[in-house]
This record gives sequence, C-alpha cells and structure tokens, in this order.
Amino acid sequence: MNASVAHVWSLRRTIAVAAASLALSGCNRGILDPVGPIAAQEKQILINSTAIMLAIIIPTMIATVAFAWWFRRGNTKATYRPDWEYSGAIEMVVWAIPALTIMLLGGITWISSHDLDPGRPLKSDKPPLNVEVVSLDWKWLFIYPDQGIATVNQLVVPAGTPVSFKLTSATVWNSFFVPQMGTMIYTMPRMTTQLNLQADKTGEFQGLSSHFSGDGFPGMQFKVQSLPADQFAMWAQGAHGQGGALDTASYAELSKPSSYVKPITYGAVAPGLFDAIVNDKVPQLHLPQAAPPAKNNSAVPAGG
Amino acid sequence: MFGRLTWDAIPFHEPIPLITSLVVLLAAGAIGIWVWRKGYAPYLWHEYITSTDHKKIGIMYIVMALVMLVRGWADAIMMRAQQSLAIGASQGYLPPEHYNQIFSAHGTIMIFFVAMPFVIGFMNFVVPLQLGVRDVAFPTLNNVSFWLNASGALLINLSLFIGEFSRAGWLGFPPLSEKAFSPGVGVDYYLVALQISGVGTVLTGVNFVTTILKIRAPGMSYLRMPVFCWTALASNLLVIAAFPVLTVVLAELMLDRYLGFHFFTNDGGGNSMLYMNLIWVWGHPEVYILVLPAFGIYSEVAATFSGKPLFGYRSMVFATLAICLISFMVWLHHFFTMGAGGDINAVFGIASMIIGIPTGVKIYNWLFTMYGGRVRFNVPVYWLIGFMLTFVIGGLTGVLLAIPPVDFVVHNSLFLVAHFHQVIIGGVVFALMAGYTYWFPKAFGFTLDERIGKWIFWCWFIGFHLAFMPLYVLGFWGATRRMQHIPDATWAPWLNVAFVGAAIIGVGIALTVVQLLYSIKTRDQRMDVTGDPWDGRTLEWLTLSPPPHYNFAVLPDVHGEEAYWTRKQTAIKQDQLIDEPDYQPIEMPVNTPTGVIVAFFAALCGFAIIWYIWWLAILGLIGAFAIFVWYAWRDEHEHIIPVEEVRHNARERRRIRMEHLHNLSQSV
Repeated sequence: MNASVAHVWSLRRTIAVAAASLALSGCNRGILDPVGPIAAQEKQILINSTAIMLAIIIPTMIATVAFAWWFRRGNTKATYRPDWEYSGAIEMVVWAIPALTIMLLGGITWISSHDLDPGRPLKSDKPPLNVEVVSLDWKWLFIYPDQGIATVNQLVVPAGTPVSFKLTSATVWNSFFVPQMGTMIYTMPRMTTQLNLQADKTGEFQGLSSHFSGDGFPGMQFKVQSLPADQFAMWAQGAHGQGGALDTASYAELSKPSSYVKPITYGAVAPGLFDAIVNDKVPQLHLPQAAPPAKNNSAVPAGG
Repeated sequence: MFGRLTWDAIPFHEPIPLITSLVVLLAAGAIGIWVWRKGYAPYLWHEYITSTDHKKIGIMYIVMALVMLVRGWADAIMMRAQQSLAIGASQGYLPPEHYNQIFSAHGTIMIFFVAMPFVIGFMNFVVPLQLGVRDVAFPTLNNVSFWLNASGALLINLSLFIGEFSRAGWLGFPPLSEKAFSPGVGVDYYLVALQISGVGTVLTGVNFVTTILKIRAPGMSYLRMPVFCWTALASNLLVIAAFPVLTVVLAELMLDRYLGFHFFTNDGGGNSMLYMNLIWVWGHPEVYILVLPAFGIYSEVAATFSGKPLFGYRSMVFATLAICLISFMVWLHHFFTMGAGGDINAVFGIASMIIGIPTGVKIYNWLFTMYGGRVRFNVPVYWLIGFMLTFVIGGLTGVLLAIPPVDFVVHNSLFLVAHFHQVIIGGVVFALMAGYTYWFPKAFGFTLDERIGKWIFWCWFIGFHLAFMPLYVLGFWGATRRMQHIPDATWAPWLNVAFVGAAIIGVGIALTVVQLLYSIKTRDQRMDVTGDPWDGRTLEWLTLSPPPHYNFAVLPDVHGEEAYWTRKQTAIKQDQLIDEPDYQPIEMPVNTPTGVIVAFFAALCGFAIIWYIWWLAILGLIGAFAIFVWYAWRDEHEHIIPVEEVRHNARERRRIRMEHLHNLSQSV
C-alpha cells in the first residue's frame, strides 16, 4: 500500500518536473521566439514566405501522388494517351506558377533585404548603446566604449534600446548570433562588420558562435542579459572600476586559446583596443594614451 | 629522409581509428587474396583496370562511389552518436580534434568521392550508349580520369591510418585552414587529394563535352538527344567552367601553407574573404553539376515507366540550360551574413530564387509525363515519386535560405544542414539509386531484385525524413552546425530521432549489398535476354545486355526524338526489323595501363607532398611524366574487331530482338 502510494507520488513528481521543464524550455525557442523588432520581422518573413510556397507545393505533392496512382498501369478507368507530350496551355501554366511565386517572393526579398540590412541603424528615440565585439579563441569579448568597461561571454544590454555592434575577430572567422534577437553576422579578422539589434523584452537569452572556428568552438556560448534601462545603467556604473583592467597584458592573457570560459567583467578598458585588434597592432597599444582611431569601413580589410 | 613522417603518425594510442584501420586493411587484404586465389586478377586487370571501355569505367566509378558511401555513412552515424551522447555535462565519446575530422571527412567524401563518381559513372556508362556511338571522345583519358579520382579517394582514406584528416570543414575556410591555425597534415591531405581528383574531374568534363558536341549517331541532332545527355552536357560545361576555379583557390591555399604566401592569411595583406568567394564560385555550380544529371535520370525513368514521351521536352532542355547558366550567378548567397549590404544581398537572393523557376517547371513536366500514362510501379518509380515529394520541400527551404533576412537567422544552422541534405539525398542520391536499378540490367544482363529494392527505397525514404526533419526544428531553435557538444538538453529527443534515421539509412545501404548478392545468386531467374527489360525509349536499350565493347554493330540511324522507341514501334507494326545492314570491321581503342600507373605516381607524389618528402615527390612527378611520354610513343592505337565477330554478334542480337518484337506485336 505504502509502496504504491510512494510510486504514484514519484510518478506525479516526474510528470510535474517534466511539465515544468517543458514550460521552461518553451521560453527559449530560438528564432521562433523573438524578443526584439529585427527578430520579429525575420520570423514574420519566414512564416509568410513559407505559407506562400506551401500554397503551391501542397497541391503539387497531392497531384504527384494522385497522378501516379490514378494512371497506374492496372487502372483500366484511366485513359492512356501514349503520344501526348506537349500542351501549350499547360506549358504556360507550369512556367507561370513558379515565375509568379518567385516574383512575389522576389519583391519581399528586395524590400526586406534593405529594411533589415544589418548595418542599418534602428529607428528609436533613444541613442543606441555601442558595443564592440571581438571573437577570440574560443570566447567572446564585448567592449562598451562609452562605459569604459568590457565583459567576456556575457553581453548586458538595456531593454528597448537599440544596440549598435561593431564586430571583428582576433582569430579565425566566427559568427555572432543571438537567435532570439535576430540577424547573425560574421566576425572576420582585420575587418569590421556592423550589426544593429534591439531586445524589447527583459530576460536572459542564449548567444553563440554560428561559424565553425576550431576545436573549442562548441564552448563559444554566451549569455545575453537584457535589463531595464535603469538597471543597465546601475550595472554599468557598478562594473566600472571593478575587477581587472583590460590592457595589453591582460588582453594577451585573454587571447590565449580557452573554451567554455566563465563570464568575466573588466572595470576598465584600454581606449582604442578594438581598433588596435582590427589593425593587428595590439602590442603597440600603450596605456593610458589612446591609439589614433583608424577608419574602418564595413567589411573592408583594414590596412594591408 | 621521410620529411614529417614518423611513427607518431600512426594512431597507436587512439582505439577508434586504429581498429578501423586494422579492420579495413584486413578486409581489403582478404578481398585481395580471394581475388588472387580465385584467379580473377588477370580478368580484373584486362577487363576493368586497364580498360578504355566507357561502360567498364562507368562501372568502376559506381563501385568506388558505393564503397565510399559506406565510409561516408560511417562518419555520419559517428557524428549522430556523438551529438546524441555529448549533451550537458557529458562530452560524448569523440574529443573535438576527432569529431572535427569526422565532419570534415564526411562532407569531403560524400561530395567528391560518392556523389561525383556516382554521377560521372552514370554519364560514362549511359551517354555514349544513348548517343548511339561506340565510345567517348578520348577513351584513354577517360581511364586516366577515373584513376586520378581513385587516387584522391585513396589519399583521403590513408589519412585515417597515417596522420590525420583536416579539421577545417569540407571547404577548408581560411584562416582556420592556414598553417597558423592548422599546422598538421590534415589540411594538406585535403588539399592534395582534391587537387589530384580535381584534375581527373576536369579531364572528364573536357571528354564529355567533346563527346556530346562532336560524336553522335547519324541523325542525332541536338534536339533529338535524350534529356539525360542534355543534362550531362550542362553538367560537364559547369565542370569545365567551375573546377579550374577550385584548382586555383586550393593552389593558392597550398602556396600559403607550403611557401609562406599571404593570399588568405590574417597577416601580410591576406584576405580570407577572397577564398570564401572563390570556393563558392566553384561550390554553387558544383551542386548543379550533381543535380542536373540526377534530373536527367528522373526524366528517363518518368518517360520509360509511364510509357509516354517526356512531357515538354524542349521546355526541359531550356530549363536545364537556364539552370546551368544562372547557377554561376548566385554564389554570394552562401555568405549573406558577411554584411555586404542590402543591394548585393537582394540581387543575389533574387537570382538564387530564379533558379527555382526552371526547377519548378521540371517538377511539373515529370508530373505531366505521368498524366495520361500507364505508370508501372517498378523500383525506379518509387525513387522518382519519393524524390518529387522530398525535393519540393527541399526547394521550399532553399528559397527560404535565399531570402537574406531569413538566412540571417538560419544561416549555418541545422536548418541549413537539413536543407542541403534534402536536396542532395532527396535529389541526387534518390536519382542515383533509381539509375542504379534502371541501368543495372543493361550493365550485367540481369535485373536487381525488386522486393529488396523496395525495402531499400523505404529505408532511405523513412530514414532520410527521420534523420533530417528534426534538424529543421533544431535549426529554428538556434542550433548551429558542427557542434561537438550540445549545450541544450532539450534538443536530445530530436537528436535521438535523427540518430535513428541515420541508422535506418544504414540498413538501406546494407540492403543494397544484400540485394546485389541475392540478385547475383538468383541471376538465372532474372536474366534480361532482350536487352530491353523496361520497354525503354532511348538507344541504350537497342543493343545487347551487357553491350559488346563496341556498343552497336552499326551506328543506328536516328529519326525523331525517341530514337529507339520510334524504331521499335515501326518494327512491331511491320512485325519485322530493318534490313540487315552491311557489317564492317570495327576499330576500338586498345586497353592501356597508362591511367593506373600515372595515378599511382600521382598518389605517390601527393603523399610525398603531404609529408614533405621532397625526393619522393620529384620521383612521383618524373614517374608520371615518363609514363605519359611512353604512352605518347606507342605504336598500336587501336585493335580491329573482325567483321565475322561483329556479324555473328549482330545476327544473334537480331534473332533475339525479332523474337521479342514478335511477342510484343502479338500482344498488341
């Protein structure tokens, strides 16, 4: 008796735990669960385009099975037309169906490619937060030039505020991607790319590198924390001056290969570090003078 | 003396590659001894290895592809097992340095040494027969092409036993593949193997374009060629245009790695974006090099088994050439996430979608080929319908990936992995399996077992969907590709389903072996004496099964689009064959060991370059060149098949055909 009660109890608990974990996991469903305007629009385009194509594809699939079955050899009711091989009307229809579909999708593509160009600043009444992103072997460095702080494998952003990213790599290629925020972009050595995203919701989101970069690649996961604007300001202020400083020496230490790195916060950053990384001139970076800022166009090799 | 090669290169301390190596060596040794003891060695040497017969070369390509398919699948199941195990706290059973080699090898092998030789094998076997001619334009070169390809495959497999394979993915993107980040021999194995096999592929391209443009049966004008020949032409035009780009870009990477150049390095003014562009200028047409002949196979299967001409033949030819041309203008869609800007992304996105138009037309043309037909549900038709159902979904996800803002969130994800497997398996592999069943009786004179053939289809069809549909879902959840470790435990059920799917595909591959052995054992009951087991429409069904070396005693006169069908219908109606022609002796190219010896030296040279054994590399080059010179000085080019032999074979053939046609006209 007792044993069976305990059994029922444990079963109930298992179900409850499973349900809870399902509910929790339901909170983080990548690109299907957008938290900002870019991701939301991208999800919408994905759904719309899929629907447009399914409207053509499902009838085609049904027709495939239906034609093959109806015109099977054993079916005496089907008419056999052994020489029928051309019909101008059908030809026109079969060229027109895919052509019209692609024209429609092409229009969507043209407009959305411009609207959602990663380099395009987001419309907002708030000034964007600037973040400089550097992919290292195998972790992410986030520099907040205006706040004078930096973090590793942890990106903190204010909710409802555009974030303007400038990205590069201090090693091989990677790709910066926070699925719930939308658009990913490559980080490439000695080049910079631009990306503008925004998180409207507060919470914690998963980020990753989505371009294979070597043995430590799966450990390049990071957390994005989206805080209310005032809390973000408090966090930035609190971080300032705390922890170590990111200078030439500590950057050299940080850039040594390592993976699955726990989040680090630097309370001070050598000015011009990002540009020095892009120009491959970090050792020449002398504190406290700032290196002269180099001009970098989007996705154009710097120097060399 | 031996460059970088030391005993450390043998993986004594790693059980998985060591055991695999031993098993493979033992199996190869056992097969070798069996062949030798049975006395098959001279037969293989004369009939296959040194053969200049396009049919034999085609069969060798397909055997190689099937063997390498097993290797590629073994890599796949190891990856699936690792991703099912390495979740959360567990790191699975494969460390990153091993896992990364496996996915790099899987991609390289499946594209270069399974799909390519399989497709080239069919072009070899089928194209001259369908064109109604005796051989390709350059028969010896054809043999050389095959053996160079085989050398590449050999080197890739050697990397399992000696040293390591590349860990930089199947396209070896720099700077990861540069010396600074990949100092080992792995990338060198990758580069050298692809360079050697790439030369073979370019030579094949030259050979087939020449053959199709210059050597056709009398009356076989361009618009009377079977669609498979058109797709083979388009595919080989792409080979000629695209493979030199691959050769150049890989050569540049070799210069970086071997001589300290700075094409793609991070320092010295290198630019890795250049590599990305060049490799995809080859890489995107490569997809169409594979899939166009696959479309050709489906066209043949659809027409034959529906008992009707292909619907919209001219449309089909036009669509093929349109795809051929546009496929060169879309490479940038492989890196929309580089930040090139709205205009560039939109133009390449729309260009990529435009390929969907002719492809869609093809789907409808196959559909209307079945319409009004009498569809026989033989194994090739299963593959055809399975393909049509699978491929439209692959096309849908492909067009989604061509929309830059959608690509921004699914690029490089498991969604992408699912997409390209859907078009490569659902498009290319299904066609190859259909073609394998369809042309097997032509090659060997007996059909494959239908029942096992249907099991194989269901294994692939169900296995494919189980293996890849979950990856679409995971891609939406933000799962990226090439992960040796899975960060999110909630992905586990889907990954496990994918593992089961891959295992079911493995059963399908195993059944292919069973089917072959069983069909050989019961071949007496499944003989194809007529040479036309499927009631075919194109010229390969005109001749014997297997065809004589010279294919046709007299080159057939072609009237109309479906050369053999027209001829067969006339014969059935009149209940007699065309008048017996005047037979002539036939000149055929002689066999030559040139190909296999040149390839041996090329492999030796390649191996030496990988390991920095410079004296051996020079020796290999000299050896290959010496054989070439020796061949160029040959006295005997061709041997004559006496008219008696030709006449005897042809009369026997006419007798069989007469009997067959008589039966047919009785049934009509």
